[in-house]
This record gives sequence, structure tokens and C-alpha cells, in this order.
Amino acid sequence: MAEKPNEPGVVLTDEQKRQRRSRSIALALVLGGLVLLIYVVTVVKLGPGVLSRPL
Amino acid sequence: MSLLSEGAGLARPLRDEDARAEPSLAGAGDYLALMKPRVMSLVVFTALTGMLIAPGHLHPVLGFTALLCIAVGAGAAGALNMWYDADIDAVMSRTVTRPVPSGRVAPGEALAFGMTLAVGSVVMLGLMINVLAAGLLAFTIVFYVAVYTMWLKRWTPQNIVIGGAAGAFPPMIGWAATTNAIGIESVLLFLIIFFWTPPHFWALSLLRTEEYARAGVPMLPVVAGPEETRRQILIYSLVLAPVGASPWLFGYAGLAFGLSAIVGGALMIALSWQLLRTPSDHAARRLFGFSILYLFALFAVLLAEWGLGGLFARAFA
Repeated sequence: MAEKPNEPGVVLTDEQKRQRRSRSIALALVLGGLVLLIYVVTVVKLGPGVLSRPL
Repeated sequence: MSLLSEGAGLARPLRDEDARAEPSLAGAGDYLALMKPRVMSLVVFTALTGMLIAPGHLHPVLGFTALLCIAVGAGAAGALNMWYDADIDAVMSRTVTRPVPSGRVAPGEALAFGMTLAVGSVVMLGLMINVLAAGLLAFTIVFYVAVYTMWLKRWTPQNIVIGGAAGAFPPMIGWAATTNAIGIESVLLFLIIFFWTPPHFWALSLLRTEEYARAGVPMLPVVAGPEETRRQILIYSLVLAPVGASPWLFGYAGLAFGLSAIVGGALMIALSWQLLRTPSDHAARRLFGFSILYLFALFAVLLAEWGLGGLFARAFA
């Protein structure tokens, strides 16, 4: 039977919404941390010459 | 001795189709639990020790990065272990609440999570630190997951003896991160953890014999009986005591380490002997608890000697 266009689909419970939010925040923090880490490690590995490299 | 036939008694492996079709209830904490944070903390501590006492200098940011990669690699191995062992975990009281057997994380999610972290940690360590350390980390993860979890654990009572090598690699990885080499000192640290693992785990398994038997895991007390297990614990403790003191005997550690290793090793032997002569859950629990303290103390003293040595070197420079 075809799905009616106005059916709400999967409705998350409050608990599922809370856990999804915790996963999203954790993932955002991990990705942000990874970006920061790669940036800092790049500066450390390139050393003080990071801003005066020949083009 | 193979216990594959007993393996028939294992609970049916959990599959993705068993997982709920509804949206996940797993929170960030469940994914953290997949990484076995308590095991990770010991891995980080021993890797940090190997990294710091190694000759040479590693920039603090790079040192932190190396430790992070090692910790995440260990977490990946833990997640892959929980993915594969969900059937065993489901029938043991100690592990039944883990994310996969409890149904909060689907097996496929645990597998994908573990593989992503494993590949990511190894690639990051290789790109940011050195290829040797990354290779050792990759070998450790493969050894723990493929050799220990998938093969030895369900096949032989020597599972934790050989599989213990996986837990012994972190100080070597830390050492390799600093020096880009494998030194004899790091091999000695490897041997300490390697010979520490059997008395530590067998003391625990003596307390869980019935559960291991029900799960079909051929731990030594299940296959050879408690008496033989207690005898093997004493034998490994007798080997561990001199191995524990070897960094001092070879001149790589100071007197404080030597004294700690001798006293700690003697106590390991005494507690193992007591467990053999007067078997009880209390004696097994005491040996298990002391073994954790013993390993922690040895690596802590090594770190302290390194720290104080650095202070003296700077003071008299």
C-alpha cells in the first residue's frame, strides 16, 4: 500500500532525540578537535618558517 | 587443546538484523564505552612511559598527538573486540551491559566505528609522527583483533598468554614515536607486561570460571582446572619477578626502580604461592588487585626517575 503523503514517518521519542543530540555534539567536538590538531601539528612540523616559505 | 567442539555451546552471534529497526538509542557514552576506556588508560600510561624515557626529544604537541593516536588505536581494537565477541559478552554478567549485547549499538555500527578509528589512528600516527610507530600500532590492532579475539580466545587456553602481547606493545610504540627505532629498553618493558598478563588474567578468570565455561571460552581454569591454573600463575610470577627487575639489572633504570621491582616481584610470588597453598576467591581477588598495583607502580617509578633525572640534569647543567 502506498504511503500517504501526510504521514509523519518515523517519530523520535524524547529519549531518542536526546541521544541523537549527544551523538551530534560529540561528533562536532571530535571534528573540531581534529581540525585544530592538524592545524597545530602542521605549524609545529613546519617550524618558525611557516610564514616565510618561498612561493 | 582445541575447544572448538565446546564452541558449539556459544550463544548465537548477534547480527545486524537482530538490531532494532527503530532509530538508535545509543548516546556518545555508548561509543566511548566501545573503546574500553579503562584499558585505554593503561595503554596511554605505559605508552607515555615508553615515550618519555626514550632518548631523544619529541615536541610536546607531537607527543600528545602520538599518545592520542595510540589511545584511539587501542579504543578501535576494543570496539572491534566488542563487535566480534558480542555473543560471549551476552552470556557473562561482567559484560552483558556492554553497548552491543545490550542492543544500544548495532554490531555493524560497532564494526564501522572500530574500523574507522583503526585506520584513522594508524594513518594519523604515520603522517604526523613516523611510519615505524604507525606500523607497530597497526600490528597491535591486527594482533589483538584477528589473532587474539577471532582465533586464540575461542581456541586455546593459552589465549591470554599469546594475546597478551597486544597489551604489551604500547611502551614500544611510545618509544618508537620518540626515537623512530626499537630499543632493547622498550623490549624489556614489553616483556614485563607480557609476563604480567597471565597471572593477572588467570587470577580474574579463577573468579569467573563458571561464566567462561557457560560462554564456551576455553580459559585455563575451564580446560585444565583451578589447581593447574594456580600452579601456572605461580610459574609466571616466578618468571615475572626477575623480568620486572631487568631494566634495573641491565642498567637502564635506577635504584628506586630496582627496589620497587624486587619488592613487588617478591609480593607477586608470595601472593601466588598463597593462592596455590590456600585457594580462595579472596586470595585470587587479592592477587588480581595487587597485580594492577604492581604494574602501575613499576611504570610510575620509571616515570618518576626520568622526571627527577631531568630535574637534576637541569639543576647541574
